[in-house]
Amino acid sequence: MKQDIFQAIADPTRRAILTLIAIQALTPNAMAEKFDMTRQAVSKHIKVLHECELIKPQQRGREIYYHFNAKKMQEFDHWLAQFRQNWETQFNQLDNLLQTIKEQNNE
Amino acid sequence: MNNDLLFDFNVDKAAKTVYITREFNAGLSLVWDAFTKAELLDQWGAPAPMRAKTKYMDFKEGGRRFYAMISPDGVERWAVQEFTSITPKTNFKMYNAFSDKDENRELPGSDWDYNFSEQDSITKVNITIYNESFERLEKLLEGFKIGFTMTLKNLEELLTSLSQES
Repeated sequence: MKQDIFQAIADPTRRAILTLIAIQALTPNAMAEKFDMTRQAVSKHIKVLHECELIKPQQRGREIYYHFNAKKMQEFDHWLAQFRQNWETQFNQLDNLLQTIKEQNNE
Repeated sequence: MNNDLLFDFNVDKAAKTVYITREFNAGLSLVWDAFTKAELLDQWGAPAPMRAKTKYMDFKEGGRRFYAMISPDGVERWAVQEFTSITPKTNFKMYNAFSDKDENRELPGSDWDYNFSEQDSITKVNITIYNESFERLEKLLEGFKIGFTMTLKNLEELLTSLSQES
């Protein structure tokens, strides 16, 4: 099942992880240390963030480093802008409808 | 659009909430009707070239609106709105979910909260959409895109046939 990006961002720990790795790529062990969490708990968060493509793994030697995927966040923002555009279109239609009704009522 | 009228659109990603504020150049009663009466809703409630068609609407607490968004090529996308709370001309809340054409809902849906207020014959509407899953909204937008693409295609065909005639 594909992860929902809203769900991914809704968790404060995951937001903190994103903020942290936006500055520098980190290994799961480094994350566990910084957040004082078990490796298992970190893995769960990583799984969610990775599934919705907000983070990307990169193998360096024996370690896996996770990067913040800014492009995915931009896609999300772009998508929200389209959502806004839809509302704008509908509201402009409503403006016209209200105008028409008002004119009819005044006749 | 009248540019003096306020339109705010904010998203709190962490709270999974979308906040929309819009002013309308009309009295409260009329705007309230436009949001709560099927025959008016169907005239504006889908961004062109999509159109909305309400099958039935029972605007009371516990009542439902069963409606479709229809794309220009006739594809219907059904949804059910359930009215959970109504304070006439002030506020109404609903739970919105996609469904099939037989009204079987696909959960989860999302919670919508509408507030209305009037000042100097300008009516302000505040809409809060909570827990609208991203995937679910993506689906909704996909429908609009399909509708829009169809329209462009129709336009292309029209232009082609016109240019062949000339």
